[in-house]
This record gives sequence, structure tokens and C-alpha cells, in this order.
Amino acid sequence: MSDSRVTPVDLKNLKPYGDIMGDGTIQLAFTLPVEPSAEAREAAVQLVTKMGFDQIKVATMEKAADGFAFFVIYGNIKHSVDFTRIHVVKVQSKKRSRAEIDEIIRTKIGRKLKVFGACTGYDAHTVGIDAIINMKGFAGDYGLERYQWIDARNLGAQVQNEELLKLAVAEGADAILVSKVVTQHNIHLRDLTELMARAEKMGVLDHIIFVAGGPRVTHPMALECGFDAGFGTGTKPSDVASYIVEEYLRRKGIPID
Amino acid sequence: MAHLSTQSLNPQRIARCRELAETIAVPIEKMIQAHTTVAIERATLRLIGVEGAIRQQDGQWFPEVNIIIEDLRKEGVLGRGALRWFVNGLLRKKMGVAELATAVAHRKIRLTELPQTDPQTLEAEISRLCGEATQNLIDQRKKRDRKRANLNDPFDASGKNGPLLYVIVATGNIFQDVIQARAAAQAGADAIAVIRSTAQSLLDFVPHGATTEGFGGTYATQENFRIMRQALDEEGEKLGRYIRLTNYCSGLCMPEIAALGAMERLDFLLNDAMYGILFRDINPRRTLIDQHFSRRIIALSRIVIHTGEDNYLTTADAIENGHQVLASQFINERFALNATMTQDLMGLGHAQEMNPEHPDVFLLEIARAQMTRDIFPLSPIKFMPPTRFKCGDIFYSHLMDAMFNFVGVLTGQTIQLLGMATEAMHTPLLQDRWMSIKNAKYIFNGAKTLGNEISYKPGGKIEKWAEKVLDDTLAHLEMIGKKGMFKAIEEKAFAEVSRKEEGGKGFDGVIARADDYFNPFFAMLDGGKNVG
Repeated sequence: MSDSRVTPVDLKNLKPYGDIMGDGTIQLAFTLPVEPSAEAREAAVQLVTKMGFDQIKVATMEKAADGFAFFVIYGNIKHSVDFTRIHVVKVQSKKRSRAEIDEIIRTKIGRKLKVFGACTGYDAHTVGIDAIINMKGFAGDYGLERYQWIDARNLGAQVQNEELLKLAVAEGADAILVSKVVTQHNIHLRDLTELMARAEKMGVLDHIIFVAGGPRVTHPMALECGFDAGFGTGTKPSDVASYIVEEYLRRKGIPID
Repeated sequence: MAHLSTQSLNPQRIARCRELAETIAVPIEKMIQAHTTVAIERATLRLIGVEGAIRQQDGQWFPEVNIIIEDLRKEGVLGRGALRWFVNGLLRKKMGVAELATAVAHRKIRLTELPQTDPQTLEAEISRLCGEATQNLIDQRKKRDRKRANLNDPFDASGKNGPLLYVIVATGNIFQDVIQARAAAQAGADAIAVIRSTAQSLLDFVPHGATTEGFGGTYATQENFRIMRQALDEEGEKLGRYIRLTNYCSGLCMPEIAALGAMERLDFLLNDAMYGILFRDINPRRTLIDQHFSRRIIALSRIVIHTGEDNYLTTADAIENGHQVLASQFINERFALNATMTQDLMGLGHAQEMNPEHPDVFLLEIARAQMTRDIFPLSPIKFMPPTRFKCGDIFYSHLMDAMFNFVGVLTGQTIQLLGMATEAMHTPLLQDRWMSIKNAKYIFNGAKTLGNEISYKPGGKIEKWAEKVLDDTLAHLEMIGKKGMFKAIEEKAFAEVSRKEEGGKGFDGVIARADDYFNPFFAMLDGGKNVG
């Protein structure tokens, strides 16, 4: 990028990069519910033009089934964004190792942190919560069960919000992790919001740290649902543990370092 | 096709695994024979023709069989079998099945308050009705066989014709599912599964009618089965190729789904002896009792089941836990045999779920796929695609699926559930399925007979891995044999999940059979006696 013979990136007008800086090249794939035909191809081009593309190339038009044409299209987008003005709400916690986290809990808190995890509502997909909580963990990062100073319990699939809260309160949980994988008709948002409404009614928002996770979960989305933090795809158990410890100490007014 | 040598797959060890599975099943079979469940009794009434439902105050339909059976259970008389009460009602009230069912479900008639017919007359009438119902299932089977015979049908249990292309549809709306299923068939799919709404396995009733709302899938209902069967029959006629229909025979209504699937000519049912226990926390006894009756219906109807061992590899590590899959396959095979199923109906499941970055991962995957094929040579092996390590990079995922297809065709798998590039993002779009089918057709065609041309290096990495997994399996089965199955499950013998014999959902639906329990279906639903 520092080579003076090529155009440098223009962060004020950021565009996709194909092979020339600022070319704005994008690949698109979609299906139109019409038979493949010259008219279908033209419809696809007009649609992509309306999206703000020029130099549109229809790479392929395939018959995916009777009455369905599948397109792969390349085009150069006219729009750009000002990268220097981007602001994203992120989980603010320093990434720490399992040993560091255990040590902080041992010295600063002096008792095990209690963490409950579940897939709520009718969600039966435990891949996410298993990866975070179960001993084995994910991608070489051990799960919360492995932490000496975290008492983690994976309640598994299809746990109802009411049941989860009742149990967490009865057992004095410090944090609740909710995993949502199924997102059809935005069921995940409904379930997450409902949980937090219940938690608020029970008056436990100050006592419990609420964390949401899942492939379609983002931190801002989790905040909107009333959670304290949200984690998406690729999150490791130590990311979640780092956040919980830091947030716990912040609430107690205990300095972490 | 290629085979592993008897040096890596020692026949005595394989025989010993089967012996252990047989021993493990003995106490379970005794328990099964001493009990019935609310779901078996509901399925029994469905088989003799009770299919109505009553509209509840919230607008939902609730099946008549649930009301009838629940009343008998509450009165503590279900241990004698629902047929005694219901058929006595038919005789006493001189009503047809549908009429009586509706009257009982509306509580206009109480079955237990009617005078009893003498046992001989009653049992003769019960046997007559069950005989008719059994004949109906046989007729449906024959109708299905005729349809297959009239069209091109590539299915061969032992995998000689190459893997069947199997895809799922899951829009939540049965009528949208039909559009997606027809498109998939046109693109080349041989089998379609309508994935169920995620809530359904824990519902203790089967929803009623055509449904257009579901989460992560579409409800399994008798009407939805009919709608999709008809659509696939029509599409098959057009394409000149028989298209198989699949649904999910698991959860609290397992026997009822088996009955409905048999009546509506389904071809495949996902049905596992232990899946509900491990992954849905359904009571172990309930699951095992239910699977037996389900599999008797399946045996008679000659439906091919798919077992669920692939799931073990999504919760436990696929490299470390190959032996749990194989041990479970032996157990599933034994329970299916005990329910009079033949081996060509047992689609034993497994999956390609190892960490893609593991060194020589394809050698291990080939070893696992090949040994599954070789240990169960008569069974239609069901191969599930990578899901665990898919994360939204659809291009990489598409490549993973290509390698999965390659392993599938090389090792002679029978039923290949095609992977989706958009796994972990959404239920498949029309174009996702189309891309995936194109991928599979390319590879299945291009490597169709490659397996015939190669052999594995004696004592090489592939053979060694197969040998190790078989050894571990034998040790695992020995352990389960010593502890007993319930104790072993409690101690996480499968999928790192612990379940208790008397815990889990649906335990109150398990009922001890009375001395005069009468249900002739157990004798009539015999796969061995009724073939032909």
C-alpha cells in the first residue's frame, strides 16, 4: 500500500477493491422467479443498475428450476462511505487468558463466579452455548467449565425464559448466557427481549450480567434487546469470560489492574 | 468399490461388537415388553382410523387421540390398552370409528362407563380392526412399490448406484415447501426432507391440518405429509424419476409419526433409538419403548430409517469420538432387528464433521466412511455433511461440501444429505440448494467408479485409523455391557451428554402393561412375516 506507483486507499471515499484501487467491484448472486430469458437477463441488469452499479456484467444466468433464473453478476458500485467517520459500539473488554481470568477472580473476588447458559425458547441448537461453556471449548480455547474460578452450568436446549430466570435467581447466578441460533421470523429478538422484560420485572438487572450470543447476534442488537453484551460468530470462551469478569468488577467498583 | 482389509476390520471383532449390542439390548427389551406409552396408544388409535381434531379456544387444533388417551390415562386404565376401551365403545354404541372418537373427545361418551363386551367377542373385533389397518399399510406399501417400479429409481441400499442426492426444505409453510421441493427435484434431488419446526419434537401431540407457520421448519402433520407426497408424485411422473419423501420420526410423538408416515407413503424416516434421550432430554424409557413400536410399523411398511449418530459429532469432537458413533450404530442395528426390521432398511447415520484444519483430515474421514460402509454392507449408509466448522464463508463451505461429496462417492455411501454453502446462516434458499445439487452431480458423476479402481495401502494411515476406531468401539461396548445401557448413558457414554433413566420429558406417559393388555398390532406389524 505504501508503493507510490499505485493509488493509495481513499478512506474518505471507501469503496470495494477488486484489482484497481477504487474500482468498487462487487459480486452478486440471486434468483429471479421467472424463466431464464433475454428479458430475465435485462431485468437482472436493471435491478442491479437501480442498486447503484455500473459496468454490469452478467457472469451467468442459469435455470435453477422451472420458473426460476439464477444469476451471478459483477458490477462496480457508485457509492462510497467515509471510513474516518465510522463509529461502532463494541464490547469493551481486554482479552485475557484463562489463567489470567482465574487469577483475577481468585484475588479480586475470592469466590467462584456463577454462570448459567442456555438456548432459550424453542431453540434446539446448542452448538454455540456448548462451544462457550462445555469443557472442550472451541478452536483450542477451553470452555468456561474448565475455569477453576468459574462455576459454569450449561442448561442445554429449549429452556424457557421464565425457568432460566427462576433458576438463576434461586442459585445466585452472576451471569446468564443466552444462545440464539434460530432466527426465522426474528424469533430470537422476541425471545431475547422477553427475557429482559421478565428480568427487569424481577429486579435482577443489577445483580446479573446478561450476555447474548449466536451467529446473527451483534453487540448493538443485544444492547437493543436490553442485554449487557452480545457476541457473534467466532467468539471464544475466553472472550466471554474476559467480558464477564471485567463487567463484574466494574459494577462492584473494584479496579481490575 | 474399495474396501478396507480384514486386517484392519477384523471380522471376529465386528462379530463381538454385534454380540455385545445384543446383550446390551436384552434387559431393555424386557422393559419394552412390560410397558406401553401414551404415544403408542395414540398411534394405535390413529392406525385404526382416528384422525380428527378439535378446535381449541385459542384457535389451535388439538387431536382427538390425545383427549381420548389422556382421559384413559387419568382414570388409570390405559395399562389394559386403549383398544379394549375404544372398540368396546364401537360395539356398544354401534358407531363408526370417526363418530365415536369425536363423541368421546367432546366427552359426550365416557368409554369406561360403558358396559363391557365379553372378552372373546371384543378381542375378535379388535383383531379384525387391526387386521384391516395392517392391510391398509400393506396396500400403501404396494402402491409405493408400484410407483417406484414405474419410474427410474436409483436407490440401492448397498450403495452400488452411488449416493442418493438428499436435500431438505424448511420454509415453515408447506405450500412454499412444495415450490422448493419441486425445484430441488428438477435440479436433480432424489430425496426431500421437510424439516420440522424446532418446537415439534417436544410437543406431546401431532399438530393438525395444513400449516403455514413454523420456526426453523414446517410442522409434521398428516395433511402436510399428503400435500408433499402428492407434489413429489406429480413431479416424479414429470421427471420420470421416483422422488423420496422424508420426515422426522422422533420426539414425544415418535410412534404416531411412524403411523402417519406409513399411511401417507413416506419413504424415509429419521428414527434413532437414543437421539431423543441424548439431544431432546426425553425420558430414556419412553424413548426406547416408543422406538420399538415405531420400528414395527416401519418394518411392515418397509420405510428406510436414518439413525442420528451424526449428531454425536456436532456436540463431541469428531476425531476423538468415532467409536461412540460406531458403538451407537451397532446398538441401533440391534434395536431395529429386535423390531423385525431388515438390514436394508437401516440407514445408519454418520457425518463428516472433523476439524478441516487437522493434518490429513481426509484420510481419517475416508477411513470412517469406508469402515461404516464395510461393517454394514447391506445397510443404506446415511452420510451427513459438514456443519460444525461452517461459519458463513460460503465459498469455503462450498469447497468443504465438494470434498464431502468426494468422500461419499469414493466410499459408497448410500444417502448423501447435501451440505449447504449457507449452513449456519439461514435455512436453504432455492439457489443454495441448486448450487449444492450441481456440486454433488459433478462429483458423483466424475468419480462414480473411482472406488473400484483403488485399494487402501495395507497397514497405511487409513487402515490403521479404521482399526483403532474399531478397537475403541469394542472397548466402549464392553464398558456399556458391563454397566448396562442406562447407567452408561448416565455416565456420558454418548455425545458427552448425561441422562437419568427416570428423568427427562414424557416419563409420566410410560405405563406398565396390565396382564390383559391387548394390542394385536405387536403381532401383526412384523417386517419378516409380511414382505412380498
